[in-house]
Amino acid sequence: MDKVDFNAPHSMGTTIIGVTYNGGVVLGADSRTSTGVYVANRASDKITQLTDNVYVCRSGSAADSQVVSDYVRYFLHQHTIQLGQPATVKVAANLVRLLAYNNKNNLQTGLIVGGWDKYEGGQIYGVPLGGTIVQQPFAIGGSGSSYLYGFFDQAWKDGMTKDEAEDLVKKAVSLAIARDGASGGVVRTVIINSEGVTRNFYPGDQLPIWHDELEAHNSLLDILGAPEPMNI
Amino acid sequence: MDTVTESQRTLYPYVTGSSVVAIKYKDGILMAADMGGSYGSTLRYKSVERLKPIGKHSLLGASGEISDFQEIMRYLDELILIDNMWDDGNSLGPKEVHNYLTRVMYNRRNKFNPLWNSLVLGGVKKGQKYLGTVSMIGVNYEDNHVATGLGNHLARPILRDEWNENLTFEEGVKLLEKCMRVLLYRDRSAVNKIQISKITEEGATVYPPFSLKTYWEFSAFKNPTVGAEVHGSLLVVNEMKQNFTWISA
Repeated sequence: MDKVDFNAPHSMGTTIIGVTYNGGVVLGADSRTSTGVYVANRASDKITQLTDNVYVCRSGSAADSQVVSDYVRYFLHQHTIQLGQPATVKVAANLVRLLAYNNKNNLQTGLIVGGWDKYEGGQIYGVPLGGTIVQQPFAIGGSGSSYLYGFFDQAWKDGMTKDEAEDLVKKAVSLAIARDGASGGVVRTVIINSEGVTRNFYPGDQLPIWHDELEAHNSLLDILGAPEPMNI
Repeated sequence: MDTVTESQRTLYPYVTGSSVVAIKYKDGILMAADMGGSYGSTLRYKSVERLKPIGKHSLLGASGEISDFQEIMRYLDELILIDNMWDDGNSLGPKEVHNYLTRVMYNRRNKFNPLWNSLVLGGVKKGQKYLGTVSMIGVNYEDNHVATGLGNHLARPILRDEWNENLTFEEGVKLLEKCMRVLLYRDRSAVNKIQISKITEEGATVYPPFSLKTYWEFSAFKNPTVGAEVHGSLLVVNEMKQNFTWISA
């Protein structure tokens, strides 16, 4: 058996994306959770709420990302009560960073924090393995993101509208799903702006068809044009 | 039975910055670093600021794990804050900050839990220029020019040849750019977005990011196999004359 290289950065099953647009942010993710080769959950929700106005995209270990989100949600809740107003995206992201950094030896999760606040508008923060915090106009993460670096280098533009941003996210997650075995299922998006939060759900039939893919049908028989067998 | 948890140790870095190069010049210190944050072999982040002013008199440049550098910045922010709160007219100079960093790095190394960085600390206080470096295992020294990582192998030889005490700002910048260009050619983790910063008695300035032009027009690059043609079943290799010149902007 080949020895596993523990020193290489671990690629993580998932595709997650966060994109800012003029007015807010769009977060996107696939929905596949795998244990080894088995798909444990084909419709998971990887975009988790931290506060009314801040969400996080989770990748890597499901357990680690869930427990980090739970702690951050708890701290942010207290912080909001004490502060008397909604927490800022920066505070949420830094709390995530604190947990990720101080437990770096025991955690294996890469996170993308995105949200909207009245001071800085829409913001995206990446918190990769190790607990670095990086604010970016857009962020990609998870094993599926390897296939998207070139795509975003070419397709990303500053000052997009909400619809352009959501289309970009949908397209990107869908492209990653096409090539990454650890990503799959449906595309979920969450749009956050001054007006609030909108959740969307896009199953395969609502996504574009890429190279070497075929349109889906119920049966070969539909294509052949033969009369359908009777249903009794 | 309670089990004792093994003390934590950082085994390997995740998001890393590449070389930092710094020189003393006539008015103070000049420092350069690119803005890359690599994730293994992927050039993942391309706008990471790795040069930061510390207090009034110092500049810190860091290579290695970015999350540890961000933590060091938090330690230094606290150090400077408390220094200011004394309100005694005194302020920490580069020598003191370098010493503090050395202690932090060495003591972490002793606990087998290093901050995975190589740091460059430069500054000017009361006309005295200071330039030092600390590694993740606590090795520290001062010199007229320092570098981290591959910069030690690629940039220092250039600086040994071309550095002198009386460099003007323009000469210093050109010299640093020469070093950064070589790193761009020869360091896999280099990214073509560079920041140069300076510190003088007046204070610190971090200049906006810029990219360097690179030169590829050598005839030997365009026709690498000229002179090594195959004739029938014989491979004939002619003596190839090549001319190289340094190209600087």
